[in-house]
Amino acid sequence: MTILTHLQRLEAESIHIMREVVAEADKPVMLYSIGKDSAVMLHLAKKAFYPAPPPFPLLHVDTTWKFRDMYVMRDRMASETGMDLIVYQNSEAQALNINPFDHGSEIHTDMWKTQGLKQALDKYGFDVAFGGARRDEEKSRAKERIFSFRTATHHWDPKNQRPELWRLYNTRKNKGESIRVFPISNWTELDIWQYIHLEKVPIVPLYFAALRPVVDRNGTLVMVDDERMPLRTGETPMIKSVRFRTLGCYPLTGAVESEATTLPQIIQEMLLATTSERQGRMIDHDSAASMEKKKQEGYF
Amino acid sequence: MAHISELIAQDIDAYLKQHEVKSLLRFITCGSVDDGKSTLIGRLLHESKMLFEDQIAALEADSKKVGTRGDEIDYALLLDGLAAEREQGITIDVAYRFFSTDRRKFIVADTPGHEQYTRNMITGASTADLAIILIDARKGVLVQTRRHSFLVSLIGVRHIVVAINKMDLVDYSREEFDRIEAEYREFAAKIGLEDITVIPLSGVKGDNIIERSSNTPWYKGPTLMNLLETVEVNEERLQKQPFRFPVQWVNRPNLDFRGFAGTVVGGVVRRGERIRVQPSGRESTVARIVTADGDLEQAVANQSVTLTLADEIDISRGDVISAAAAPAQVADQFEATIVWMGDDPMLRGRSYLLKLGAKTVTATILPLKYKLNVNTLEHIPAEQLTLNEIGVVELELDRRVAFDAYKDNRDTGGFILIDRLTNNTIGAGMLHFALRRADNIHWQAVEVNKEARRKLGGQGSAVVWLTGLSGAGKSTVANLLEKRLYRMGKRTYLLDGDNVRHGLNKDLGFTAADRVENIRRVAEVSKLMVDAGLIVITAFISPFISERRMARDAVETDEFIEVFVDAPLHVAEERDVKGLYKKARRGELKNFTGIDSPYEPPQEPDIHIDTTTTSAEEAVELIVARLNASGLLE
Repeated sequence: MTILTHLQRLEAESIHIMREVVAEADKPVMLYSIGKDSAVMLHLAKKAFYPAPPPFPLLHVDTTWKFRDMYVMRDRMASETGMDLIVYQNSEAQALNINPFDHGSEIHTDMWKTQGLKQALDKYGFDVAFGGARRDEEKSRAKERIFSFRTATHHWDPKNQRPELWRLYNTRKNKGESIRVFPISNWTELDIWQYIHLEKVPIVPLYFAALRPVVDRNGTLVMVDDERMPLRTGETPMIKSVRFRTLGCYPLTGAVESEATTLPQIIQEMLLATTSERQGRMIDHDSAASMEKKKQEGYF
Repeated sequence: MAHISELIAQDIDAYLKQHEVKSLLRFITCGSVDDGKSTLIGRLLHESKMLFEDQIAALEADSKKVGTRGDEIDYALLLDGLAAEREQGITIDVAYRFFSTDRRKFIVADTPGHEQYTRNMITGASTADLAIILIDARKGVLVQTRRHSFLVSLIGVRHIVVAINKMDLVDYSREEFDRIEAEYREFAAKIGLEDITVIPLSGVKGDNIIERSSNTPWYKGPTLMNLLETVEVNEERLQKQPFRFPVQWVNRPNLDFRGFAGTVVGGVVRRGERIRVQPSGRESTVARIVTADGDLEQAVANQSVTLTLADEIDISRGDVISAAAAPAQVADQFEATIVWMGDDPMLRGRSYLLKLGAKTVTATILPLKYKLNVNTLEHIPAEQLTLNEIGVVELELDRRVAFDAYKDNRDTGGFILIDRLTNNTIGAGMLHFALRRADNIHWQAVEVNKEARRKLGGQGSAVVWLTGLSGAGKSTVANLLEKRLYRMGKRTYLLDGDNVRHGLNKDLGFTAADRVENIRRVAEVSKLMVDAGLIVITAFISPFISERRMARDAVETDEFIEVFVDAPLHVAEERDVKGLYKKARRGELKNFTGIDSPYEPPQEPDIHIDTTTTSAEEAVELIVARLNASGLLE
């Protein structure tokens, strides 16, 4: 008798989901956001189709405001896996020079990410997009299906979701519809870290503590990652040992002070932590139902 | 979110080692509104320290704003995720929650107790090893308790925990507890539930959830958490089943490698073992069990791997690789239990897509044997199933598939039904057994066959299927067409809607179910006549796309010509040759197509005749030209 561990079960489930998509989709793509969840998802994709490479491209919907380390990681992973990497930047956002400082997180996220994603999917005609969202991240995700349908205008209708029974997924879509598939739905943050540790999954160095220049903005430590960061009068970057629990656009992602330089130390810090990971992410702060609203509008 | 483990602070590496070997248990919680379900789950998350301070802070703020517990924390708010639900104060869908202890990771399906949401409970229970059934100690065993218990037994959940909740509100009365337990066990025995543990607890106060409560000294059983951590997981049972492996995807990166990717859904497979590919029945030996982490000697149920075989045999997605010594059954007719999840009713004779494992086939509903009253377990004769109803039916597939009885294997015996038009998942089914009928009544292999008859007649045979509203001109076109073919010396037969209803189908009315049956019979008769070598012309309103598809599927692809005799409703109504529209408008005729019953126009008819611009004679020429082009008149 072999009792599989919870990580083995989660891995097998994710692989099963990915294979189901590849067998039934016309033109699948993997949304790659370069964070730890994307890293695990990509690692699972490599396993699912071994010895073949994953039979779909990676899509990075770029906001031009990611940490520099993230761009380095992205290009490295694309070349290591041999997968095609599509980088999409919303040209309208580019023309208007949309940025988090002048326009705020809401407009920035909507223009670069939500609209950018819709444009990219439409442009290339992808019918299924893998995303690295987890159900434990946020309440509205807990009720989202693994195969989540979007209308032709990329809207999500939470009241009209298909039941998912056993290991059976109904992937048939109506004209114009597309599907977001979340293969790591049932993983928790701890599962992700344990898996990264066990499997030696490569992740962006920003997750590990190092001396970095930061400024304190309303209690959030924001890293001065490049010269585009406008400093307020009298503000000088401090050098602190910090790391990031979650990665996004650098001006919108808070750092935490930390000495954790190894994975076990990161996990230790997380287990002893008292705040959840999305707290460092500013878009959730808007309102209790903000994520649900964003999702209905097509964010992810 | 620290589990209370000193190891975390002292020796994180040791802690991680310990947590690498946790197992996984999936369970479902079922209860009626106000049984305290969400509170119980919230409590489990809280007690296992899965909540962060910011989440607790948000929860406290929400509790004050919209909570139902005064100043106390309303754990239910943690779970009611969607904004609309929070306003209504009820959980309306399946939500998945996660927590873990030092021994196990848990995935909880939280499903609503409302009557109309049977489908959600079935969905949540389909992957569960265990069900927690909540009973309010003040109310005892309710109709809903019976229903939830029946549903979890139907879907094959093996371990049942009856949580008699709100014990604090009955002063932890042992008598109350004993009375409810006795009543529950008596009922459970009737529906065949075996492994039952009854626990007295309080979700609000925390009694017997983690720690044994001093309020119930008379209770000697396990606490809820204790049981969840130690109950046997389904895997153990699954590994004792014969090996089953539905092929999901054929992995062919180069000419030297041909692997079959899938998840082991039953038993164990070992390198060198003899296997059988089903339904083809070909056998081979497992050459390699391939994974990205290196080849394995064996793979067990729930593992996703890639198999290569010693022999080159034809295998594609949807085939099942089974233990050669204990293969699955293969059949195309079944008895099954179906839970209906569609807004439109399930109709006898209608065909749906059926997905079983990695295979999608067409299934036609044969007679509905009965539906079940889930409260009383009575068998009720029925013609159709509506949303959230459960029935036992016979099914016929368009090809043979490998399967096991659902009670033996959820993955090779559980299926979903998909509507061909909306693409929605509209039913979940559990196979019982194959009907031997198909095996026993062999199609009589007659020596004079269709080809021979066609040769003798000097013509091909096919169905010209005219569809359209009443008054569109189907009968006129059909009559002219038959006369024309007769003059050409072709053997024909015209099946007309009104005429057939005077004889073959005079027992049928005009309800949706009867209309489906009407067309099914006509399709079958047409098929026999095509076999007899005739050109069959049918003139039926045949309003539903799925029945026309059924008629098309009954014959070979090149033997069916769908002709859409198209007249806009107002034109057909103006013609009103038989005066039927007037009657329908006056309400004297029910279910009249176009008035109070829908007409689904063909999406891609073989011939489209617009009767406002095309005469009946011209229509006949179009059809004859098509018959000629298909070589059917030679």
